[in-house]
Amino acid sequence: MTAFLTIGVLVLVAIAIWQMTKIFELSQIKKDASQIANDNDNKYNGYLMFAFLVFIYGITIFSFYKYTKILLPKAASAHGADYDNLMLVSFIIIFIVQTITQALLHYFAYKYRGRKGQKALYYADNNKLEIIWTMIPVVVLAGLILWGLYSWVNIMDINDQDDPIVVELYAQQFNWTARYAGEDNVLGEANVRLIDIDNINVLGLDTSDSYASDDVIVKELHLPVGRKVNFKMRSQDVLHSAYMPHFRAQMNCVPGMITQFSYTPIYTTEQMRQDPDVIDKVKRTNTIRAERAQIGAPNSDPWEFDYILLCNKICGKSHYNMQMKIIVETQEEYDAWMAEQKTFAQIVVTN
Amino acid sequence: MSANAHAHSEDHHEDHGHHHKETFVTKYIFSQDHKMIAKQYLITGLIMGFIGIAMSLLFRMQIAWPGQSFPIFEALLGKWAPDGVMDADIYLALVTIHGTIMVFFVLTAGLSGTFSNLLIPLQIGARDMASGFLNMVSYWLFFTSSIIMVFSLFVEAGPAAAGWTVYPPLSALPMAQSGSGMGMTLWLVSMAIFIASSLLGSLNYIVTVINLRTKGMSMTRLPLTIWAFFVTAIIGVISFPVLFSAALLLIMDRSFGTSFFLSDIFIQGEVLHYQGGSPVLYEHLFWFLGHPEVYIVLLPALGITSEVMSTNARKPIFGYRAMVTSIIAIAFLSTIVWGHHMFISGMNPFLGSVFTFTTLLIAIPSAVKAFNYITTLWKGNLQLNPAMLFSIGLVSTFITGGLTGIILGDSTLDINVHDTYFVVAHFHLVMGISALYGLFAGVYHWFPKMFEGRMLNKNLGFVHFWITVIGAYGVFFPMHFIGMAGLPRRYYTNTAFPYFDDLADVNVVITIFAIITAGAQIVFLYNFIHSMYYGKKGPKNPWNSTTLEWTAEVKHIHGNWDGPLPEVHRWAYDYSKPNSDDTDYMIPGQDFIPQDVPMMENEEELHH
Repeated sequence: MTAFLTIGVLVLVAIAIWQMTKIFELSQIKKDASQIANDNDNKYNGYLMFAFLVFIYGITIFSFYKYTKILLPKAASAHGADYDNLMLVSFIIIFIVQTITQALLHYFAYKYRGRKGQKALYYADNNKLEIIWTMIPVVVLAGLILWGLYSWVNIMDINDQDDPIVVELYAQQFNWTARYAGEDNVLGEANVRLIDIDNINVLGLDTSDSYASDDVIVKELHLPVGRKVNFKMRSQDVLHSAYMPHFRAQMNCVPGMITQFSYTPIYTTEQMRQDPDVIDKVKRTNTIRAERAQIGAPNSDPWEFDYILLCNKICGKSHYNMQMKIIVETQEEYDAWMAEQKTFAQIVVTN
Repeated sequence: MSANAHAHSEDHHEDHGHHHKETFVTKYIFSQDHKMIAKQYLITGLIMGFIGIAMSLLFRMQIAWPGQSFPIFEALLGKWAPDGVMDADIYLALVTIHGTIMVFFVLTAGLSGTFSNLLIPLQIGARDMASGFLNMVSYWLFFTSSIIMVFSLFVEAGPAAAGWTVYPPLSALPMAQSGSGMGMTLWLVSMAIFIASSLLGSLNYIVTVINLRTKGMSMTRLPLTIWAFFVTAIIGVISFPVLFSAALLLIMDRSFGTSFFLSDIFIQGEVLHYQGGSPVLYEHLFWFLGHPEVYIVLLPALGITSEVMSTNARKPIFGYRAMVTSIIAIAFLSTIVWGHHMFISGMNPFLGSVFTFTTLLIAIPSAVKAFNYITTLWKGNLQLNPAMLFSIGLVSTFITGGLTGIILGDSTLDINVHDTYFVVAHFHLVMGISALYGLFAGVYHWFPKMFEGRMLNKNLGFVHFWITVIGAYGVFFPMHFIGMAGLPRRYYTNTAFPYFDDLADVNVVITIFAIITAGAQIVFLYNFIHSMYYGKKGPKNPWNSTTLEWTAEVKHIHGNWDGPLPEVHRWAYDYSKPNSDDTDYMIPGQDFIPQDVPMMENEEELHH
């Protein structure tokens, strides 16, 4: 209903603007028939340019004031802090440049608005200036590039040091499956040609591969805190992307190849739930959901924070709902959970 | 007949426009005159633009009010919106076709096609394009591809819906998505024809600029518009064929069972035979065009801005040579940065490092351009015509949108904002909105040239500009924040994740701004159609511009100049040039010297 009203109002506003411009147009005809800007036009548009500068600053400040709270909470992975710092520094640079250049642009547009008799300066070239504003970006960007590449190389260096656990993230329309490498910490061979749905071999594991028998296949991703995880991504049908925003982690899942990503979770789900930003977000969200519950709308149960894995590469009709819960817990909790899970061999044998 | 019309000999000019009959068909439909073809491109582009923008409003309404029933959905989408609730498949289709139409049909053909055709012959002093016939074929191929694209909206299983990048396997397998059936076939056919059209056009532009410049028009005296169109055409010729190969291989995979992009697929309960291909290969091929495409869209807009800004500032463009160099540098770099769309595609991370390096380099010529524009305004005598306002607006969004490129071009930072609304905000500002402003600037500025002296109403232009700029920032500024909150693009609804519940009202704000901004385009539409027939005729050179197009006849004649072709004696930016003792302008009382005015006594040729 509100939607209808809003649209109704907007349509009326549009009609009003239309009519106003027509009136404006009609009233202008007598005064000045020319369609070329005169001093009066220059004056008003010059003032508006200045007002527009205020608007740009205004919307920037407003957005930061209003929307900073919706940004992601602190990074929950070891490399995340570095990522967030680089992001912060980049943003500071961006805002300095943005503030200065927009000010110059719009201020000049206001200051030098055309007036009769005003003479423009014939100023066509200045190599010194050109060199200055070539060099400034060169230096700043060199710094950013070096820092960025250093972080990139670190993040993307996927190796077996520090005893990582190996987990396969398996994507299909429209859900995720995780496969743990089991006690031997080696994933068994798998191929879509070996998928045998009748015998619960949904990931196409090679039953003759001894590494496969202790693999554990689950629908909820559990990770022990402080332990490095090497993810191997696979897809069985179309492109998907394993996006874990809280861990500053993302990698596409590509049919026909295995892609990798690695990170170390540093906060358990419980710890993250105690984070002030997260508490705040949960409170906000639950207020919204409570309001929804009051009018009897669906999807309105109270919500509790959990890490999520989302699909972030368009993959078809239900792309928007392809998700998996991630639970980061202590080593003991993780071990206890893992002990309850059946291995691949057990599933296949029992069936 | 105009193939040799560029000859300067005076005895030739009599042939033009006088002695041959034009029928309705040869004048308005199968015209070989570049001015008519430019108008055809513009009007087709604008119609496609209104379709594209209307689509964006539909899916924005769905994002803001997910699952709500709207009668307009039912009216426009029919079976795809049962009881007025939008279907998830059609949502993706709308997003896909919106992207395709806006990028290719509006901002490539509508912008570059219109103004390259209109301005290249007029500004270099040529009677027409090198080949009027190929030019005509180019337009009609574009028209055909537009018709096929629009027709694909009506096929049974729905139009293409795999995103405008149409990555396989999603786009290759009809069982993966209903839009990947007939809809995708038509999409590919349409694009293949579009590419042919674009290539014919580009080759023509290149040959014309190289061969048909009038006497005295050296490359360093070319207006920056022509430099931009020229370089754009070159990168088009280099990169569009690669998209063609991608489309062709995709057609083979879809229809003839090859495995260029497909391997190891199990879908809907069965294993497919494909083996050994890679979707990553497709991504490489696609973005080898896809990234230069951004500059194919943007460079003409920047060229138009250079020209409009200099004219209306009554000042020479600052740093002409630096502008030309940066156009060329951007064009060169644009062909070696495509991998920044693929940092997390699964390609070797080392490649990611290389592409980060080349990508951030592009910021340098872009920064030079932005600074040069700002300096051009400094101490000018700014005539704030609608075209000038849009040019200033372009610089503003070019900076705002370009700066966030520093984040996305950095492979590390891209990890967490890749494919989120942050990307959407970035590219809409830096290429979508900026290029649209360039298009509008061009239309307001050269409307008199297109419609025989008739001018657009300036007050409606002001209203159009101010609502549009405020609306555009209102749409895309908040969008960065929902992107950094981790919201993926191309989600039919965000309600499946309680995590995104508190972003819902930002989306409502964005949608309301989008509707207002789209409303402002109706003002433009009215102004355009009304002025086409009833617009006031202005003077021959309404903006007191130096370039050659304003010396051509106001009335459209085949051959452009009734008499001999003008000769060029100076560069295009002699605005407000003072005389030697600095008491008045070089021509007393006139603050501009057209390019065809010979150098005066005591005049120093400062730059060229």
